[in-house]
Amino acid sequence: MTRPLHPLAWWLWGGLLAAAAVRTSNIALLGVIIAVAAWVVVSCRTDAPWSRAFGGFLRMGLVVIVIRVVVQMLFGQRLPGHVLFTLPSVELPSWMAGVTMGGPVTVEDLVMAFGQGLRLAAILACVGAANSLANPWRLLRCVPSALYETGVAVGVALTFAPRLSTSVSEVREARRLRGRATSGVAGMRGIAVPVLEGALDRSVALAASMDARGYGRHGDLPVVRRRVSVACTLVGLTALAIGVYGVLDTGAPSALGLPAAGVGAGLVTAGMVLGSRSARTRYRPDPWRSVEWVVSLAGAAALVGFVIAGRVDPSAMHPTSHPLSWPTVPLSALVGLAIALVPSVVAAPASVATPLARVATVER
Amino acid sequence: MIELRQVTITYPDAVRPALSGVNLRVPEGELCLVVGTTGSGKSTLLRAINGLVPHFSGGRLEGVVSVGGRSTAEFPPRELADVVGFVGQDPDATFVTDVVEDELAYVLENLAVPPVAMRRRVEEVLDLLDLAPLRHRPIATLSGGQRQRVAIGAVLAAAPRVLVLDEPTSSLDPAAAEEVLSAIARLVHDIGMTVLVAEHRLERVVHLADRVVWLPGDGRLVHGEPAEVLHRVPTVPPVVALGRLAGWSPLPLSVRDARRAASQLRERLASYAPAPNVLPGRSAAPRIQALGVRAGYGPTEVLHGVSLSVEPHEVVAIMGRNGAGKSTFLRLLAGLQSPRKGTVRVDGIDPVAATAATLVRHVGFVPQDAAVLLAASSVADELAAVDREAGTAAGTARGVLDGLVAGIGDEHHPNDLSEGQRLALALAVVLTPAPPVVLLDEPTRGLDYDGKRHLVTALRQLARDGHAVVLATHDVELVAELADRVVVLADGEVIADGPTSEVVRHSRVFAPQVARIMDPEPFLTVAEVARALELVP
Repeated sequence: MTRPLHPLAWWLWGGLLAAAAVRTSNIALLGVIIAVAAWVVVSCRTDAPWSRAFGGFLRMGLVVIVIRVVVQMLFGQRLPGHVLFTLPSVELPSWMAGVTMGGPVTVEDLVMAFGQGLRLAAILACVGAANSLANPWRLLRCVPSALYETGVAVGVALTFAPRLSTSVSEVREARRLRGRATSGVAGMRGIAVPVLEGALDRSVALAASMDARGYGRHGDLPVVRRRVSVACTLVGLTALAIGVYGVLDTGAPSALGLPAAGVGAGLVTAGMVLGSRSARTRYRPDPWRSVEWVVSLAGAAALVGFVIAGRVDPSAMHPTSHPLSWPTVPLSALVGLAIALVPSVVAAPASVATPLARVATVER
Repeated sequence: MIELRQVTITYPDAVRPALSGVNLRVPEGELCLVVGTTGSGKSTLLRAINGLVPHFSGGRLEGVVSVGGRSTAEFPPRELADVVGFVGQDPDATFVTDVVEDELAYVLENLAVPPVAMRRRVEEVLDLLDLAPLRHRPIATLSGGQRQRVAIGAVLAAAPRVLVLDEPTSSLDPAAAEEVLSAIARLVHDIGMTVLVAEHRLERVVHLADRVVWLPGDGRLVHGEPAEVLHRVPTVPPVVALGRLAGWSPLPLSVRDARRAASQLRERLASYAPAPNVLPGRSAAPRIQALGVRAGYGPTEVLHGVSLSVEPHEVVAIMGRNGAGKSTFLRLLAGLQSPRKGTVRVDGIDPVAATAATLVRHVGFVPQDAAVLLAASSVADELAAVDREAGTAAGTARGVLDGLVAGIGDEHHPNDLSEGQRLALALAVVLTPAPPVVLLDEPTRGLDYDGKRHLVTALRQLARDGHAVVLATHDVELVAELADRVVVLADGEVIADGPTSEVVRHSRVFAPQVARIMDPEPFLTVAEVARALELVP
């Protein structure tokens, strides 16, 4: 397709895929989820700077797995199993909860820890995929008009970070030109002060330019109505977040899930309707067309597949590691993940090579 | 269109008002050029037109500033956005979004223009400023001239009747500046927009102006016909200086007018042959030696095998368009970046390998924004720190500074100095450890004619004392007055290297005004013509 996809479609897709990942600890399924995310990213990403984010998220996932496994080796509960090696053990005194450090490390323990780490890594991969596929600027343009000011602040911050890093390197160079230290305490102070001064100057210039271009004009919307609209939107978004947490976390109280999400969605809608007469218009808003529906439904299919598999075959979704067993892969979950691959076909940017060719380029 | 009646603007803590009792009327459809030295109140005047002064910057406004019938006392800048478009000095600091098209639409969104009309206006601005091919490009990937055009378009979208520009071309190369200026000229001639523009390099805009406003620096304001006002302004572009010297009347403002007036002068000087510019012979120990240097950033290579050697006493100007590799080459010489291939020797050492403390004794580098070199909160502290670090006797740095520009007070904060004074201070900081090699990147950016004259004198003196001076610059008039030798870079390669007169005189882009007027006679500066006039009866 030639136009960029609506950014919310990517976030829905990534979010639903992550929600699926939460529902399993099956190592094979989690691996497939990461592969699906990676394939879609490779097929659909552009040359934009944010599309390089995915690799970072994968590395972060790897770090999580390593930490989880190491923690398990040091502090894990000891269950009987195949002992791999034995670490020197230290018994902590009873006032420190009497935890045992070290001791025998079993294959079963490690597999379980790896599975839990992999689940977090899979969630990170899904978020990373959404991050590298959706244009953050266009996402900001979707914020409800009541939160417009906040959106602008975040947008400015987005440009601020890369500029800050350029100005740090400029000041470092200036210090070298003066024959001064660029490291150590003196160096840090000598760098921080001018960098912050420069950032402040630029912010003032930006504010002047925004002011001169009509930012902050208040139209005919009454103050009370604007405030109510902002309040509705903020409270609604919070409720929505709590609701989503309730739906996703199977351990959360059942009253939390759908009701909170419903109330949240209602409040956000009310806020948007109340604020809709605000004194701003929007230039070329991203359309929500069939492709957007297909991409979000593809994400939903993965979640549905996992929910069905959880009902039909709970033991396959959470295979036991004590004793060890080969993970079996429920068919419905696999079908769901196959559908989640659809964006790589329908939402691939037009003028680029096929996924396989792109993989080849990346490897080269 | 713009009317100032008895306007006095005083900033808090200021000794005297920035503008006092000023009157000005700019009718519809005029291009009005604002001239004056740094600190004479140019920016204050421009920012008062759309109410940034005093609403944004503070200070007290007396009298009336009215634009299109609206008084800035009652309307803050944001309520004037549909009448006045204001473009500040640094376009990079003004962008709110990341893509060209969105940046153009930003003001329209704020003005709540209906989406259909908004779409049409953005398309119009894209055409007007020739930005259509760039519409989807991230702003960060644009060149300087393109960015400046986007910044202009971003205020033009609101269809204001007045456009205010504060030094729109000061950081651009000649071609990019031409691109921006022709866009401005088009707005004036085709749409009848009223434009107020401040510019240091008068030679670029003076021929477009209908009116010149001169701020002598004492709070007064003088305005009138360009030729009339420029007779009184002390520092003027070469074309006007030549006109004054030759006594032409009316005073020519463009190269075209001057060339038509100069036929007699050319005939008179035809017999005069100026002394040929002799470069020092190649010695065994050049101060700078670069051999087959390749360098770049990430996957892109900026320099493809550049070689250069510079002798003591030599002033070399490196020219070329933005992105040709001038700054990168200076960074290599200053040891801020290492070459991928080839060798760099500066005063006998490898600048990248040297420690910072040794390097300052061999090479001094003044970067584009000279202010980054200055860290202390007063001139005295800065100079004392330099003496301490360089191990020179107390007062040495002060002596160097006074040798460059006299009369910069100890107690000033570097930020409060004029652009020229700040450059002099940065130069003093760099020169105190007595490096035999001095590098300057775009030293005349934002410098007025006075500051430029001081710089030329100072650098000439350095060359006489045996320093090797290398500067990267777009400023052809500076090169004509200062450089012995010109090296032109294009696309990372040296395409010309020779004595200034040879390289610059016949170039379409790099020829200074006097050369264009006097061609085929070999003159580059007004001073050369003056000398010749004394010798030829």
